[in-house]
Amino acid sequence: MSNPFLIGENMTGGYGRGADILHDCTISVAKGEIAVIVGPNGAGKSTAMKAVFGMLNLHKGSVRLDGEDITKLAPQARVAKGMGFVPQTQNIFTSMTVEENLEMGAFIRTDDFSNTLSQVYDLFPILKEKRYQAAGELSGGQRQQVAVGRALMTKPKLLMLDEPTAGVSPIVMDELFDRIIEVARSGISILMVEQNARQALEIADKGYVLVQGRNRFTDSGKALLADPEVRKSFLGG
Amino acid sequence: MEFLNAFVAFSNFVIVPAIAYGSQLALGALGVTLIYGILRFSNFAHGDTMAFGAMVTILVTWWFQSMGINLGPMPTALLALPFGIAGAALLVLATDRMVYRFYRAQKAAPVILVIVSMGVMFVMNGLVRFIIGPDGQQFADGERFIISARNFKTMTGLSEGLAFRTSQAITIVTAVIVVALLFWFLNKTRTGKSMRAFSDNEDLALLSGINPERVVAYTWIIVAALATIAGVLYGLDKGFKPFTYFQLLLPIFASAIVGGLGNPLGAIAGGFVIAFSEVTVTYAYKKVLIYLLPESLEPSTLVQLLSTDYKFAVSFAILIIVLLFKPTGLFKGNTA
Amino acid sequence: MSISMRNITLFLIVGALIFGSGFVQGWNTALLILNMGLISAIMALGVNLQWGFAGLFNIGVMGFVALGGLAAVLVSMPPTTEAWAVGGLRMGIALLTGVATIVGAGNLYRRMAPGNKRTLAMIVFLIGGFLLFRFLFDPAVLAIEKVNPAGTGYLGGLGLPVLLAWPVGGLFAAGAAWVIGKTALGLRSDYLAIATLGIAEIIIAIMKNEDWLTRGVKNVVGIPRPVPYEVDLQASEAFLNRAASFGFHDPVMASTLYVKLAYAGLFAVVLVILLWLAEKALNSPWGRMMRAIRDNEIAAEAMGKDVTARHLQIFILGSAICGIAGAMMTTMDSQLTLGTYQPLRFTFLIWVMVIVGGSGNNWGAVLGGFLIWFLWVEVEPMGAKLMELITAPLNDGYWLKDHLQNSVAHMRLLTMGLILILVLRFSPKGLIPEK
Repeated sequence: MSNPFLIGENMTGGYGRGADILHDCTISVAKGEIAVIVGPNGAGKSTAMKAVFGMLNLHKGSVRLDGEDITKLAPQARVAKGMGFVPQTQNIFTSMTVEENLEMGAFIRTDDFSNTLSQVYDLFPILKEKRYQAAGELSGGQRQQVAVGRALMTKPKLLMLDEPTAGVSPIVMDELFDRIIEVARSGISILMVEQNARQALEIADKGYVLVQGRNRFTDSGKALLADPEVRKSFLGG
Repeated sequence: MEFLNAFVAFSNFVIVPAIAYGSQLALGALGVTLIYGILRFSNFAHGDTMAFGAMVTILVTWWFQSMGINLGPMPTALLALPFGIAGAALLVLATDRMVYRFYRAQKAAPVILVIVSMGVMFVMNGLVRFIIGPDGQQFADGERFIISARNFKTMTGLSEGLAFRTSQAITIVTAVIVVALLFWFLNKTRTGKSMRAFSDNEDLALLSGINPERVVAYTWIIVAALATIAGVLYGLDKGFKPFTYFQLLLPIFASAIVGGLGNPLGAIAGGFVIAFSEVTVTYAYKKVLIYLLPESLEPSTLVQLLSTDYKFAVSFAILIIVLLFKPTGLFKGNTA
Repeated sequence: MSISMRNITLFLIVGALIFGSGFVQGWNTALLILNMGLISAIMALGVNLQWGFAGLFNIGVMGFVALGGLAAVLVSMPPTTEAWAVGGLRMGIALLTGVATIVGAGNLYRRMAPGNKRTLAMIVFLIGGFLLFRFLFDPAVLAIEKVNPAGTGYLGGLGLPVLLAWPVGGLFAAGAAWVIGKTALGLRSDYLAIATLGIAEIIIAIMKNEDWLTRGVKNVVGIPRPVPYEVDLQASEAFLNRAASFGFHDPVMASTLYVKLAYAGLFAVVLVILLWLAEKALNSPWGRMMRAIRDNEIAAEAMGKDVTARHLQIFILGSAICGIAGAMMTTMDSQLTLGTYQPLRFTFLIWVMVIVGGSGNNWGAVLGGFLIWFLWVEVEPMGAKLMELITAPLNDGYWLKDHLQNSVAHMRLLTMGLILILVLRFSPKGLIPEK
């Protein structure tokens, strides 16, 4: 962990001119690893991720990707640098077909992306089956697959997921987590915000517990799961 | 025979004109609906954009006519159309650069943009009147009829004639081609898809690296083309007069809203719904009924439901009914 | 503090502009601008009530103004007794039938269970009602319009004092606003805009075509006046002496100015009353609630405010003010000329007044009314002068020179659009911003 692939260091800031939500918060992910941010409601989990992605006004701290300072870059520019972002809601083009969604994901690419497309279809076979269907007609779990697939189309080096399992059934959740592990194995770093803390920490190489915009506990997923204090306060015993 | 005569009369005075008018409205409504889908406001300057594009086309047509360039039986205006589109495109792109872009950057409320478009409407209206004057203009040339009423009668032996004017035929054919091209563009090309994506989910489109200014520019160019074509076709069919184009705003908006604002397919359907309602409600049915009813029942009046001066009332009534019972329009539109 | 130094200065500037036009173009012109300025200010006050207080987007001002004009005709013109005799009764029954049909259909809709049966019943009822209506209506129209078509050809009015038409005009507009508001106020702002635009066009279409009611485009002229006639003044010894004592020795000039001044006085009284009421309303709990609703409809609704009912209230009030102004305008013109009712002039121009003056501020609306009306009148001669200057290097008789000079009339639309765009961009709160 000496040289993280992505690090948001000592981030302090908030939305627009509003009050600060993050205070000296640090989040990092290593190459090919899964990092998970957990914490109670309103802890600033999603905010921390958005800060990393450049959707926040930071007046302290920096964000570095692969050693390069990207603090000043707009979100779009970060996408071009190899960051993929899956928002929590409204993360698909509902009126467009599954395949068109994936094509739009690859919009900034000028090379032939048919390989990536088949990789995404291999990862999510159901999407291939429904490729000509409007994405808005799919089930919740399938929509999340479209959303993740869309983000993968840019061939990102880092994939950021904002509560990917919100509102899906436990079975679908397990399957999504399996897919996310698979993505990480292919060498893509994953930064994820999760409501289902226990399950998420189980697959996490690294976990961050945020409280009121500050780092409270930072350790490997396993260690956090084992920590009695974390268990008591954040995992319900 | 009597029935055929009635049908021919009905086609001549209702079906053919309504299809032509519906095509014109559909093209106009497509422009309104695209602006709404991409730029997210109701553009009140659309009627005057149509007038401007048509005006440029007319000026170029006159120039061609003075040089003896023509298309034989077809109106010269078709040759001048690309110039009109270019002129209108330049105008709306300049307007966007100078006026609308500022509000886009500010993320201004849609209603502010609507008021701004009222200002643009004034300017365009003034511009058109300033250049070509407020009076009616004729610019149609070439063959007037494809089938004249007299030829039809001799051909079929019926006592009713079916006149099929060149302008009507051109309207319908052009509209079909334009709509087909538009849908091909929106559904098959990268740029077209990026426009749909932008209309569907702006934030996600930005995340996908779609350049909003490029999408907006393309939209304006397409809208300028649609508006100009609609304006020229209407002008060929019914004559050009700046104020008429302003008045067309109401049926055009009615078409777009009835079909579902933001939905291109809906705009086309809406255009025909409005056109057919206007024509059928304001047509005097005496001419049709004299063939169908026995002599004793022949109507003494015109059998006109509403005077043609109330055609706006018809589009308005349909608009209100749709809004009350199905606020998203016949086809589901963008409600955000 | 409702009127600061800055605002007083602004009013003084506009006053000086109008006053100045008196020196340059004569007092008659200046008073004409003043009088229409007063009426415009009242219209702007009405629109500001709807837009500035409540955020309602009404672009059907023209329709309400025209209804005010209709009131002037129906209240003050003498009744055409012959027309009443030949068609009045039948017309009355026809109109009642029409209303009964609509009310009946509404009842059917409410009473019957939803389904095809209800739809069918309503269609049959509406068509039946419509046919009965036309059966009664058409002959009545023919009979009425046949009576001396060159002079009357319509039912005429009640022959009452024309001043009474002003409140009646407000009532007419309020009635129409109630109907529109009931159907369209729940809609999104741009739908409401289209709906009001449409209703205005329809009101004008009806008034243009129902000759039995309004004489249509044949115009109603000679509407009685609330002020003396020039010829009477010129014949009056007392008036001439008084005018002479003020230094006016030309009786024609003196009488025209007197008449215009009298109108100005009447209009000013109405404006002051309405402005006073609007200011009271703005600063009352009711006004504060309106603005709270405007700024956050959802929060206001959550607090238990009946947003739609409040909107309906203010929509009716604002429209009524436009109706009053319309009646006043027709009174001043002494004629109803429906051909001149154009949305650019009677709807959008009022909007320019409100936005330029400062939406949400009554004083702003009034200032905008005067200023924009002044510009609307003066842009044409100013443009002509400017165009003369620009085209001076061109030869006389050169087509471009003629074209440019002949097109000057259309400069005002261009100018108004530019003013609106510039104000929205650089000073969106207007000259006198909301407090």
